[in-house]
Amino acid sequence: MTKEIPAKKAVKKVATKKVISRPAKKATAKKTTTVKKSVPKKINTKTQTIESILELIRRTSTEVPDDVAKTLMKARSQEAQNTTASYAMGIIKDNIDLAKFKSQPLCQDTGTVIFFVYHPPGFFQNNFKELIKKAVVKATEKGYLRQNSVHSLTGANAGTNLGEGHPSIHFYEHNKKDVEIKLVLKGGGCENVSTQYSLPDTALGAGRDLAGVRKVVIDAVYKAQGKGCGPGALGVCIGGDRADSAYNAKKQLLRKLDDKNSIPDLAKLEEDIVKTCNELGIGPMGFGGKTTLLSCKMTHANRVPASFFVSISYMCWAFRRQGVVLDAKKNTIKNWLY
Amino acid sequence: MKHLTYPFSPEAVRELKVGDMVLISGKLFTGRDAVHKYLHEGNKPPVDLKNQIIYHCGPVTMKDKKTGKWTVTAAGPTTSIREEPYQWEVIRDHGIVGVIGKGGMGQRTLDACKEYGCVYFHAIGGAAQVLAEKIKSVDGLYLEEFGLPEAIWELTIEDFPVVVTMDSHGNSLHQEVENSSKEALKNLI
Repeated sequence: MTKEIPAKKAVKKVATKKVISRPAKKATAKKTTTVKKSVPKKINTKTQTIESILELIRRTSTEVPDDVAKTLMKARSQEAQNTTASYAMGIIKDNIDLAKFKSQPLCQDTGTVIFFVYHPPGFFQNNFKELIKKAVVKATEKGYLRQNSVHSLTGANAGTNLGEGHPSIHFYEHNKKDVEIKLVLKGGGCENVSTQYSLPDTALGAGRDLAGVRKVVIDAVYKAQGKGCGPGALGVCIGGDRADSAYNAKKQLLRKLDDKNSIPDLAKLEEDIVKTCNELGIGPMGFGGKTTLLSCKMTHANRVPASFFVSISYMCWAFRRQGVVLDAKKNTIKNWLY
Repeated sequence: MKHLTYPFSPEAVRELKVGDMVLISGKLFTGRDAVHKYLHEGNKPPVDLKNQIIYHCGPVTMKDKKTGKWTVTAAGPTTSIREEPYQWEVIRDHGIVGVIGKGGMGQRTLDACKEYGCVYFHAIGGAAQVLAEKIKSVDGLYLEEFGLPEAIWELTIEDFPVVVTMDSHGNSLHQEVENSSKEALKNLI
């Protein structure tokens, strides 16, 4: 089943190749010769942008990125056979294959829809927000997203995934001419076990240092048990005020699971936390077993002397994260980031 | 692998033990936060839940524009512990014999399972496609006003894969794992 590549993906690959070959061609041939394919002369870039964002949502909702799949398959091979843990990991694998094949959501909780948009200077954020919203409505109609956004005062579900504060969109200016969009879909189960500690924590004997940070992070994984749809992955922020700390922890989920922290102390701590949490024996789904945590990614932010927050964003195994680079002129998907 | 087939009964679920991997065939009713709150407030359920199984799930559903028929395209379990204040009451008052969800439930539910003959089945969280494949038809939609994920969906299922994590004899895998991981935690931090 894994070998059956959906038609859409095949198209994408061709598109990527063209982009890669372009600079080489430029050196030898005239620009016009490269624009040979049957693209209409006048492109409605707004419509194209919506289409590109829609495709980003589709792929994010229906596929786990390669780095996550690899980590999960390694974890699967480590569970003892004929246990409920290996049974759970087997179903997880089947689900990843089936969701991709059917192009349907990995998990019915398609989560809080969180966009991170990186754009060149002079970019019209409000206009882009509207295009994102249109794509979100379309994705909901197509069933890539569940009707998942509820009014917090009235309980009303508009059925569109639009509403106060949703989707969550964050803009960053960068010095490239292309627009990059990253998307995380974060389900409620794992969001509910995400947490924040204030150090010192007397009950845990956790002080205001990295040893204290280690204690509270491991405690959070213990407290989550199987409720966050483990094996999970963590984003952690040390410091910041309560709000920024939580946000920065969540942003760590944009890192690939197999990357290495550039701060040696944090790299060491990340590794230690994963190893230690996997000795808790909580296992997949909390059934007991060897893999409780897939990864831990940490960052830091300055704090005021009086505060020391440690924020932990727990992501479920159905780690939905993707990103695209949009072509600066056509707004088509130039390449995929994960 | 064990099989549990419709019609369900307290006697049949009493046979099941913690750790059993079970394939369920027959009928399910979804019910999550809004439904449990509704029942807790004393409202009559729109369908008779006696000897039925409640599935903590808010599915992704699509309506065929021409035929008006519903299909479920994603249907994994939601976190069960949120229903802990209500579940024991639903077991007692409405005679359900099974609860499917994820993450496990607490002492009150465990006690009710023992007293009235009910089992907590753990489905694999996040496995919405594998589980949706086991849904063969959508037979009813009730309390639609709660929004589609929160409504009651009546579903026919075949070989729906679950693990018994709380049985009707007072055993809870969740309690066991929590206790053993607590011991481990003491030595690790």
